[in-house]
Amino acid sequence: MSPLALKKKAVKPGREAAPKAALKGKRPEEYLLRLYVAGHTPRSVQAFENLTRICEEHLAGRYRIEIIDLLENPSLARGDQILALPSVVRQLPPPVKKIIGDFSQAERVLVGLHLRSLKAKASK
Amino acid sequence: MNLKRTPKRSSKGKPEGRSKRGKLATLEKAPSGIAGFDQVTGGGLPRGRATLICGGPGCGKTLLGAEFLVRGALTYGEPGVLIPFEETEAELTTNVASLGFNLGELIERKLLVIDYIKIDRNEIEETGEYDLDGLFVRLGHAIDSIGAKRVVLDSLEAIFGGFANQALLRSEISRLFRWLKDRRLTVVVTGEKGEGELTRYGLEEYVSDCVINLDNRISDQVTTRRMRIVKYRGSAHGSNEYPFLIDEHGISVLPVTELGLDYPASMERVPTGVAALDDMLEGGGYFRGSNVLISGTAGTGKTSLAAMFANACCRRKERVLYFALEESIGQLSRNMRSIGLDLDGWQQKNLLMIQAARPTLFGLEMHLVAMHKAVNQFEPRAVVIDPVSSFLASAPSHDIKSMLVRLFDYLKMKGITCLVTSLTSSGGEEDSTVGISSLIDTWLQVRDIEILGERTRGLYLVKSRGMGHSNQVREFLITAHGLDLLPVAVGPDGVLTGSARLNLEADNRAKAEARLNAAERTKRLLARRKQIVSGQIAALRAELATEQEALRSQVWEEQQRDRALRDRKELQDRVRGAARRSA
Repeated sequence: MSPLALKKKAVKPGREAAPKAALKGKRPEEYLLRLYVAGHTPRSVQAFENLTRICEEHLAGRYRIEIIDLLENPSLARGDQILALPSVVRQLPPPVKKIIGDFSQAERVLVGLHLRSLKAKASK
Repeated sequence: MNLKRTPKRSSKGKPEGRSKRGKLATLEKAPSGIAGFDQVTGGGLPRGRATLICGGPGCGKTLLGAEFLVRGALTYGEPGVLIPFEETEAELTTNVASLGFNLGELIERKLLVIDYIKIDRNEIEETGEYDLDGLFVRLGHAIDSIGAKRVVLDSLEAIFGGFANQALLRSEISRLFRWLKDRRLTVVVTGEKGEGELTRYGLEEYVSDCVINLDNRISDQVTTRRMRIVKYRGSAHGSNEYPFLIDEHGISVLPVTELGLDYPASMERVPTGVAALDDMLEGGGYFRGSNVLISGTAGTGKTSLAAMFANACCRRKERVLYFALEESIGQLSRNMRSIGLDLDGWQQKNLLMIQAARPTLFGLEMHLVAMHKAVNQFEPRAVVIDPVSSFLASAPSHDIKSMLVRLFDYLKMKGITCLVTSLTSSGGEEDSTVGISSLIDTWLQVRDIEILGERTRGLYLVKSRGMGHSNQVREFLITAHGLDLLPVAVGPDGVLTGSARLNLEADNRAKAEARLNAAERTKRLLARRKQIVSGQIAALRAELATEQEALRSQVWEEQQRDRALRDRKELQDRVRGAARRSA
C-alpha cells in the first residue's frame, strides 16, 4: 500500500468552521495530525482508534489524520525525528508538537495537542 | 519487528562461546585502522558485538567513533552508520573535517550514513504505552540502505533525557543491543562519564563485551589524553593507560610501554658533521642508532653542533627529523645560516623536517606520541631533540627520564641515531640535568672556558661507548663556515684557548725564531772558524812548501857541490894519472 493511498484513506474531510470560533472573530484552526506506526499491530490500531475518538470529540470537522507506516516507508521517520511508536506529530497549527504512546490517556493527549485550554474556553 | 522484552540484565553473559570456525574459536575482531589502537586491543574491536567508549566531555569519544567508521569504510570496505544524538549531520561533518575526514564524500559513495536523532523532551508528550520501534526502524533503514557493518551511536545516553518512562527505556535499550548483535553489527556506543561510574546512565550494563575509557587529565596545567581498556571479554589486551593524540590525521594511540631491550647494535658510523670531532671518535663518528647527548651551559654551541650533524646527514641524503623545543623553524634556519648551514634548502628537498613546539604545549606523553608519530611518518635516519632539558618546564625529571627511555628504545629499535642536547646549569659540571646520562652512548660536553677575561668554548668527550675516543679537551670554534675544533694548546697553566692560545702560539713562535737565530749564528761562527783554520792550514802548507823548496835547493846545491868536487877530483886524477904515466 502506498503512503498516498494510506493518507487518502485516513483523511477525514473537514466540515465548515465551527460557529463558536467564528463569533470570536477567529478563523478556526485546522489540525493536521500525522500518526506514525510500525505495521498493523494491535497497538497501532488501538492508537488510531483512540486518536480518532479524541479528535471527533474535541476537533470535530477541523482535523486530518495522516497515517504513516514506517515499515513501508522507513525513510519518513527521519523528517519528524520519530523514535517512539506510536507517535503523533501535530503539523498544524504550529508549533510542532509530538505525542507518543497509544493515546489511552486522553487528558494528556489534549495537553499535547494544546486542546485543554481550548476546551476550557469553549465550556465558559 | 517482534517486540519481545526481556529484563535488562539478561543480555549479560549470554553470547560468549559463539564459535564459528571450528577448532578453538577465538574472538573475531573488526580492525579500527586507528594508529596504535589495534595494537593495544590486539586487533580491534570485537566483531559483531558492542563496545562502550566512555569518558568525560571533550575526551575524543565522538572522534574515536567517527574514525572507526571512516577507517572501516575506507580501509576495510565496511560501510558504517553514524547515529549522532547531540550533533547534526552538518555539525559533525565540519567537526571531523578537522581530522581530514570527508564525511560528505563517504556519504556520496554510500559508505556512510549519518542519521541525526534529535531528542527534545519539551516537544514530546507521553500518553500511555509506547516503544522505541521508531529508532529500530530508522537504524534498520540506515543499515540496510548501504549494507552497513559498523554502527556508532553517539551518545546513546541522550535518549535517557528524552523519555519519562525509564523502566521502559532500559528494556528497550537492552532490546536494541540484542537486535544489533543479532544482525552481527560491530557497534560503538559512547557514553558520558558519570560520578564515580563509567557512564552517567549505566550504559555499561548493556555493553558487556568491551569497555574503553578515555581520559583527558590535567597535571601542572598540561593536558594529556589517555586511553584504557577497562574490559575486553574473550581477548587479551594491553592493560596500561595509553596516551593518545588527536591531530589533523585523526587519532593515534601509542603502546609506548611495550618496548624492550632487544634491539640490534650497528657497527656503522655516522659522521658528526665536524671532521675534527670525527677524529676524536676514532675518525668515524657516532655509531648508527646510538644516542648522543650534547650538554653544556648556555651559548656554548649545542644547537650548532646538532645542526652540523643534521646538515651532514642531509648531505648524505639521509633524512633528519629535528624537534626544536625552544626556537621556531624560521629562527633556527636564520641562526644556522650564520654558521653557513642552509636548513631551508634541506627542508625543501624533504630531507629535513623541523617540528617546533613548546614543551609546555602538551604533556610529556603527548610529546612522546607526537614524536613517535612524526618518526613513523617521516622515517628519518636521525632525530635531533633540541633541547631535552626544556621539558623540565613541564614535568618532573624522573618523568622526563622515563619518557626519554621509551623514546630512545623506540629509536634504537628502528636504528635511528638520536642526538639530544641538554642545557646544564652554569658551572659546567658533568650533570645532564634530567639524569639521562646512563642512557647515553656518546656524551659530548661543551663548556665555557674563561681565561684572561675572555670566554671561549671547549669540547670534550665524557664518554663514548664501544669505541676508543680522544680524551683531550679541544677548543671549539664557531665560524661563518661551520664549526671547527682546534688541536689543544697546553701551556704552563693548562689548556689555553682564545687569545691565551694565540699568545702562547706567538710566544712559541718567538722562541722558535730565537732558537733558529742562535743556530744560524753558530753556523756562521763555525763557517768563519773553518775559514780561519783553512787559512792557517794554507799558510802552514805554504810555509812547508817554502821549507821544502829551501831544502830541495839545499840538497841540489849539495849535489852540485858534490859533483863539482867529483869532477875536480877526476880532473886532478886524470891530470895526475898522465903525469904519472909521463913520469
